[in-house]
Formats: sequence, C-alpha cells, structure tokens
Amino acid sequence: MSRIGVAFDKARADGRAVLVGCMPAGFPTVEGSIAAMKAMVEAGVDVIEVEIPYSDPVMDGPVIQKASDIALAGGVRVADALRVVEAVAATGASVVTMTYWNPIEQYGVDAFARDMAAAGGTGLITPDLIPDEAAEWLAASDAHGLDRTFLVSPSSTDARLRMTVEHCRGFVYATAIMGVTGARAQTSEAAPVLVSRLREVTDIPVGVGLGVGTGAQAATVAGYADAVIVGSALVRCVLDAPDQAAGLTALRKLSAELADGVRNPAR
Amino acid sequence: MSAAPATGQVPDAAGHFGRFGGRFVPEALVAALDELDAAYRKAMGDEDFLAEFDALLRDYAGTPSLLYEARRFSARVGARILLKREDLNHTGAHKVRNVLGQALLTKRMGKRRVIAETGAGQHGVATATAAALFDLECVVYMGQVDTERQALNVARMRMLGATVVPVTTGSRTLKDAMNEAMRDWVANVEDTHYLIGTAAGPHPFPEMVRDFVRGIGEEARRQCLDLTGALPDAVAACVGGGSNALGIFHAFVPDAGVRLYGFEAGGEGVGTGRHAASITGGSSGVLHGTRTYVLQDADGQTIESHSISAGLDYPGVGPEHAWLHDTGRATYLPVDDADAMAAFELLCRTEGVIPAIESAHALAGARAIAPRLAEELGREPVIVVNLSGRGDKDVHTAGAYFGILDKE
Repeated sequence: MSRIGVAFDKARADGRAVLVGCMPAGFPTVEGSIAAMKAMVEAGVDVIEVEIPYSDPVMDGPVIQKASDIALAGGVRVADALRVVEAVAATGASVVTMTYWNPIEQYGVDAFARDMAAAGGTGLITPDLIPDEAAEWLAASDAHGLDRTFLVSPSSTDARLRMTVEHCRGFVYATAIMGVTGARAQTSEAAPVLVSRLREVTDIPVGVGLGVGTGAQAATVAGYADAVIVGSALVRCVLDAPDQAAGLTALRKLSAELADGVRNPAR
Repeated sequence: MSAAPATGQVPDAAGHFGRFGGRFVPEALVAALDELDAAYRKAMGDEDFLAEFDALLRDYAGTPSLLYEARRFSARVGARILLKREDLNHTGAHKVRNVLGQALLTKRMGKRRVIAETGAGQHGVATATAAALFDLECVVYMGQVDTERQALNVARMRMLGATVVPVTTGSRTLKDAMNEAMRDWVANVEDTHYLIGTAAGPHPFPEMVRDFVRGIGEEARRQCLDLTGALPDAVAACVGGGSNALGIFHAFVPDAGVRLYGFEAGGEGVGTGRHAASITGGSSGVLHGTRTYVLQDADGQTIESHSISAGLDYPGVGPEHAWLHDTGRATYLPVDDADAMAAFELLCRTEGVIPAIESAHALAGARAIAPRLAEELGREPVIVVNLSGRGDKDVHTAGAYFGILDKE
C-alpha cells in the first residue's frame, strides 16, 4: 500500500496529472517555508515536496543551492524539517520529503522513518541513494509504511529501470534531462521516451521533474506523465521577492498557473 | 607498474571496503560509472594498455622515482629515513601517475573532454598536463577562495590550455569544486570523463586511483630491499583524500611486519575543531559518492576543514583508508600545522629539499613516531616516507609563515 496513492487516485479520477511542488524546509525561515507551502497547497499544488537542506547538494542547480544555503545559515535542523512536514500534512495535502542521504544516515535511518511517519509524511525521494545501497532504508520504510521514490534517468539501462521500479513504492521519479535541478526554456525530448520505456516495465505512477517551470511546460509533461514535479521555478518566486508578501503572491500565481497546466494536458 | 592483481579482498564487486565505499550517486551517473568500471577492468588485463602506461610513466613522468636516504635529516630524527622522491616526477607530485592512467582510459572510452576538481591546483595542473598531451578538452573547477590564494597554478593550467572555473557556492573551496564537477558530469556524462584526483568518490574511483598510483609502493618496496636488504619497519605518508598514502601502502599491506602510518592534517589542533583530520576527528558518513569518515555535524552537514596545506584541506578521506583504520592495519594520527612546518624547515636545511607542505606532514609524523619505534625495536628504525610532492607551489605560504618575505 502506498501513502501517496490517494493523491494519484484523486487526480486520476479527475482525469489529470498530479502537481508536485518542491520547497526547501527552513527557507527563508522555518515559519516562512510553512507559509510558502500552505500557499502552494491553497493555489492548487497537490503534493508538497519538502527538501531537507544539505551542505553538498550535487543534484541541485543554483536556485535550490542558494535557498539551501540560506536555510542552513538560518540554522535549520533535520528536526525542523519534520516539523514542516507535520504542519503541511495537517492541511490535508500529501507531503513527501526529498533528501540527500547523509542527513538521514546521521539521524538514524529507522528513527527518521519512524518520525517521518509520525509527522504524517508519505515517504522519501532520495536523489543520491540508489536501490543498490538502500538495504537499511528498504527495511525502515517497510517497517514504518513509508513510500520510496528512487530516481531514474535517460541514461538508465532497461535492466536498471526494472530493478529501480521494483524497489519504488508510491511513484518513480523520472529525471527529464541529464543535469541538475533548474528551470529550462525548452521541455525535454528525452522525458517522453524515458516515460514510455518505464511504462513497458511498470504500472507504478511516473513523476517527471527537472526543468519544468511554466504552465505550458506542465501541460506538456502532464500529457505523458502521472505527476509533474516543479522545484526551482517555485523556489525562485520566494528567492527573488522583495518581501514575504510579494513572495507568497508570486508563489500563488505560479502554483495556479501550473495547476491549470496539469488540468489541460497537451496530448 | 606490474600487471599482478591487487592484493587483498577489498573492495568487493560493488566497491565496498568493509562498511565503507560503495556508490552514493544520482542514478544518472550509474551508467557512466559502470562504463568506467568495465573499461578500467579491461585495461588492467590488457598488455597493450599496461605497456603504454608503463612507457608513459617512465619516459614522460620520470618514474621510478628515487628512494633517497636522507642522512642529515635522519640524524636529527633518530631514525633511518628513506624518502620516496615523488616530488621529482613531472608536474612535481605523485598525482601525475593517476592522471596519466585516467587520461589513457578516457581515450579508450572515446571521450574527448575531461573535468577535474582541484584545491591547491596540483591535481588541476596535472590534469591540464595530461589533457594537453592527449589532446583532450579540459575544464578544472576550483573554489574561488583557492583561485585567489593559488593564482600561479591558475596561470599554469591556463598556459596548458585548460579552462579554470572559479566556484562561488558554499565554502568556495575544494569540496564545493567537487560538487560543481559532479554537476557538470551529470549534465555532460556522454562525452566527458570526471578525472577525480584522489582515491575517493564513488566506485570504481577509489580502487582505480589506488591501482594507478600503487607503483609508488611497489617501487619503494623493491628499492628498500635493494638498499637495506630488508623491508622497512614503517611506511609514512600524509593523508588528505589519501591517494599518495594508498599508493605507497598498498604493496606493503601483506607485509605484517611493516607498520603503516597515515598522517592527517591536524590544522590548529584536533581539539580546536579547526583541522582536516577526518579519521581522527570525524565520523562515518556519506560524502561525494562514498561512505567514509567525514567531518560533519550531528545533522550530517559537512563541516569546513582547515589546514595550512591546501592539498590536505578536505573534510573526507578515501574509503580504503577508513577500512584500513577500522581493521587496524594502518594507524592514523594527526599532525598539526606547527609540527608540519617545523619538519618542512628541517628538511630544507638538512637536505636541500623543499617539500610540499602536504608531504611535510608525513615528515613530521615520522619524526614523532621515531622515538617510540626505536624503543619498541631496541634499535634505530627504518622508515620509508613518501615525499609526495615538491614545495615550489608552497613558497609563498611558507615564506609568509616563517616571516622571510621582503615587504612588497
């Protein structure tokens, strides 16, 4: 059973893709990040992806790096990220956490899974943990009933696609391009190919992320994926805003545009 | 370098040295790591590759490097000190062995671009050198703080045709340069090889880099037998990421009577928190694609390292060292800045050899363990010290440290 399944079931009933929006916990402050995520939910984001800030985020581009740096400089802790998960889950939205592996290893894998489940989180997206190294996480997520989202890439072999989706629960994260997070002007040509390769080996929902930042791009991706994952473009709304109110306004506007996009897929 | 298979049971097929090592990377890199692993294994069994590598090491890099008995230094230290003169290699350090091996592999994989991270600039210079020799495009990532304090090496890399990219994220030092190189690699993996400069990073890098530099120890072992008629009592090396230390340790690992000492950068003292001693002052964690000892806080955030030696100023260490530490086969001790600089000065004055500040940590370490070893053995101990690099690049730092620079 998957915790995040309800979000996919609901969207499927509406005949549309799920919209996943990412924001680092503690950016620009813990309370500020909770306010930002609540605004995203109110404006139509289905699933909030809470990123735990990390000192060495190798899968992230400049926007999320900068936001993570600001959060860490503000003293955000892993325990604060769990508090953010709890506050956002209380709104009824599905919450998934995206985290590099070392913070979880230091917190204690089983302890983190236990506290994440207690906070109402659905599971983890692990950008630098592949199933090959994930024995402890597989056991902990089973024990506490959490979902597991591993990444697949256009460079993944068919054998690795099969192996990776076998270890996923909830959804699999297809990285649309070879690269790091950050909005791009063009949508990926590799992503639809990767998604169709996944369809041949799995029934698990497929989320597509990396480089999606506009309503039009969301509509394009919604045409072939089960979830559209947006990060940097949303983070930039807060990063570029002169004050919190302006940031929330920009965030609501973009969230609504993206929500509109997933409801009008380009087939 | 001999074609004989590596000794010992590590790493396993997935790159694990006991509980350390492995691959903690984005899935996007797995195909490239598999490709590299296959190319490396094929090359190590290919007589043509090994002959080409051997010829380059001999005719271009100038190896085997000398094993030199430092008599005047020995007299001051109370041990018979044999220096493995890697400082005399082309580009001035052991690192040329690794870059030549990886550049040859890059060609065999049909890739035309190499990227590298560098702290002090030595690995960047070595990579730019190999790229010039093999006609490869070369991009070197270097923390902005380091490009400022190592301007001469930046100019060297540019002279050799490389592009130097100052990294302005995070602490703007070596670890951030490594992050940026990883990001480049994820985006350009199809035509690009990431030429990692030390025996760290995801599998197969720790094993592969070790194998490209293990000639250091194979030569030293043979040279020591020729010179003294016996194996040394101890082998000493400095440890940052740890490639020079693994290079000289590896051939001696099966020789139970040879003590192996790795000297980490103690900076201002491990007790002060301002150091780069990942094994002595860190804990197990995941950094830059591998599980190893890391300087980190309780949340797993990397803590900035500190050392007078830019080449040792890294908050992690190669996973094989973590394993050698856990098994007790090697002993790791910190050497602080002051002791390293005292040994630096002593070698200059007694032998007319200016060592890299990195290597001065090994000299200081040998000096520190000599009395204990002499007492234990009841005679003068024989210690092979890896003089992993020359000090030309450090003249400014050392000059400022000793207050011998004329006012500008």
